[in-house]
Amino acid sequence: MTTETRPRVLTGKHFMNGDTACAEGAVAAGCDFFAGYPITPSTEVAERLAVRLPEVGGKFIVMEDELGSMAAVLGGAWAGARAMTATSGPGFTLMMENIGLGVMTETPCVVVDVQRGSPSTGLPTLVGQSDIMQAKWGSHGDYQIVAYCPATCQEMFDLTVKAFNTADRYRSPVFVLSDEIVGHMTEGVVIPETDEIEITPVRRPTEPPRDDYPVYRPGPDLVPPMPRAGDGYRMHVTGLTHDERGYPAMDPDTHDELVQRLSRKILEHADEIIEYEEVLVDDAEVVVVAYGSVSRSAREAVQQARARGIKAGLLRPITIWPFMSERIKELDPRVKGFVVPELNLGQVAGEVSRHTSKTVRGVNLAGGELLAPGAIIEAIEEVAG
Amino acid sequence: MIGEKVVASHPEDSLLRADRLPHIWCPGCGLGAITTSYTRALQESDVDRDRHVTVSGIGCTGRVAGYVHVDSFHTTHGRPIPFATGLKIYNPELEVTVISGDGDLFAIGGNHFIHAARRDAPINVFCVNNFNYAMTGGQHGPTSPVGSNSPTTPAGVSDRPFNLPRLALALGANYVARWTSLHVRQLQRSMQQALNTPGFTFIEILSPCPIGYGKSNGIGDGLDEMRHYRDHCVVDDKASIYDMEIDLRADAPVVLGVFRRDGERKKPRD
Repeated sequence: MTTETRPRVLTGKHFMNGDTACAEGAVAAGCDFFAGYPITPSTEVAERLAVRLPEVGGKFIVMEDELGSMAAVLGGAWAGARAMTATSGPGFTLMMENIGLGVMTETPCVVVDVQRGSPSTGLPTLVGQSDIMQAKWGSHGDYQIVAYCPATCQEMFDLTVKAFNTADRYRSPVFVLSDEIVGHMTEGVVIPETDEIEITPVRRPTEPPRDDYPVYRPGPDLVPPMPRAGDGYRMHVTGLTHDERGYPAMDPDTHDELVQRLSRKILEHADEIIEYEEVLVDDAEVVVVAYGSVSRSAREAVQQARARGIKAGLLRPITIWPFMSERIKELDPRVKGFVVPELNLGQVAGEVSRHTSKTVRGVNLAGGELLAPGAIIEAIEEVAG
Repeated sequence: MIGEKVVASHPEDSLLRADRLPHIWCPGCGLGAITTSYTRALQESDVDRDRHVTVSGIGCTGRVAGYVHVDSFHTTHGRPIPFATGLKIYNPELEVTVISGDGDLFAIGGNHFIHAARRDAPINVFCVNNFNYAMTGGQHGPTSPVGSNSPTTPAGVSDRPFNLPRLALALGANYVARWTSLHVRQLQRSMQQALNTPGFTFIEILSPCPIGYGKSNGIGDGLDEMRHYRDHCVVDDKASIYDMEIDLRADAPVVLGVFRRDGERKKPRD
């Protein structure tokens, strides 16, 4: 059998679905390891990578479950891979175990969650946005995580590339928190030239290997350089609380220092990490906060509200975690209130409420179909008074 | 005095993280002897030491990774096998060995063992079997014999235990052996053989756990269990899988040996 071998970056204009664009973003970003387990509606990511990774010299494996998938992703990353997996709610739940290990051992990797209606098996083929808080707090313990919410197929490409860079920059699992509509819709995607795609690999140690190398000594940015297995550092990596050598250390001071640093390395770079898009927000009295597929309806709703003479604007989180708290606080004195449409029972609305004294009006559907602009316009009118 | 240096150096110094000693294991536990067999197998290995990787899960045996001075990963409970699979698949130059306990590998991690053996994942799995969940205080697990006592079985264990070599043989592992922490020479040689065998290999290593299993099951302390090994172990490479059951409380033979070697099954793949 002969197969055509395509290049790593498929520069050009494409008409592709969101999951495929995500896979192409991964390959373009230099992803060379995928371990996963098929689950609707993310399966196309795996199917595309099953073909594409071997074409570019990468490794692809279907594991026996999501527990093993996430463990293999971490193992691959420690062997030197730009590693990823893709899943949906039920699998995301199983992955939380080793996402915690990834946080604790500072292992860069990308986890794509194409959300569907939940809880439990829920609506396998239909949209939902109810994993937002699971993405934030799903694994036990205190930590900060970075999650991006793509709203278009183009963003499935772009934010997957960005997720790899962020994972490597901060040595942490990073999520692409998509949803079934964005994953399954097909639209134009422009893949740039190879040299226009920014790739910032994880920092490796510059000192030669030595026996007592402090594998977890952070740089000024709070992120330690990461050796690979086989590099000669003879390192120890554990999910137990550990000191700079990587050795287990069961004392409150070491624990506090480590856990604080794991959060601080994200929060102290929040300005670099947090991205959002604003449409007509400058003079807005009502700000709609919407993300993912629902932001597409919200964009239309804002335009229609403007046509009816209401000063509405759209604030679309591209980075959903860490949350754009500062922007909400800045807008607070200027607006009458916020409208937060989402395909869950108010997960981001609750987060917005924490940072404003003004009305926060949720528009909620548990999942199953996209929210139409009509319901969002009604809410905008209600808040506008 | 703990931590006092009584000799200037030890033959295993370069292979152990001496600054992490003394280890956490109980008096009478077999893990010290087993770790020594492993470090000696590493010393004798043709593979450069910097290419050896040790991966373990959670539990008493899970701590081996922390004492062995090679790249080592102490992962989550039950997941060392898929973690090791990721390491090895991405970098086939690494020689990846999982050392973990019976609870970690065959209860919470049982599914991964089955699939790694099925797909002939090119890793070595060394399982230290002490017939109980020792780290949490001696509760029964998937290898505890029927009728044995544990804090979670006030009326005795009622479920059948795994026979680990039988399981590994059925799954098609390329190399299957069983030894005890008394048989340190055979164990070391067996570990070397496993390291030199392509594809998925498996060694079960019986270990005394006087605190967790021995005391509550009339086996006595660590030395008593070693005597039991000496008196009851039979090396028989050709033993029937049906004769491989173990119950240390009984006056019955414990079958050891190398039950399958490289090449008996099929052309191994790397």
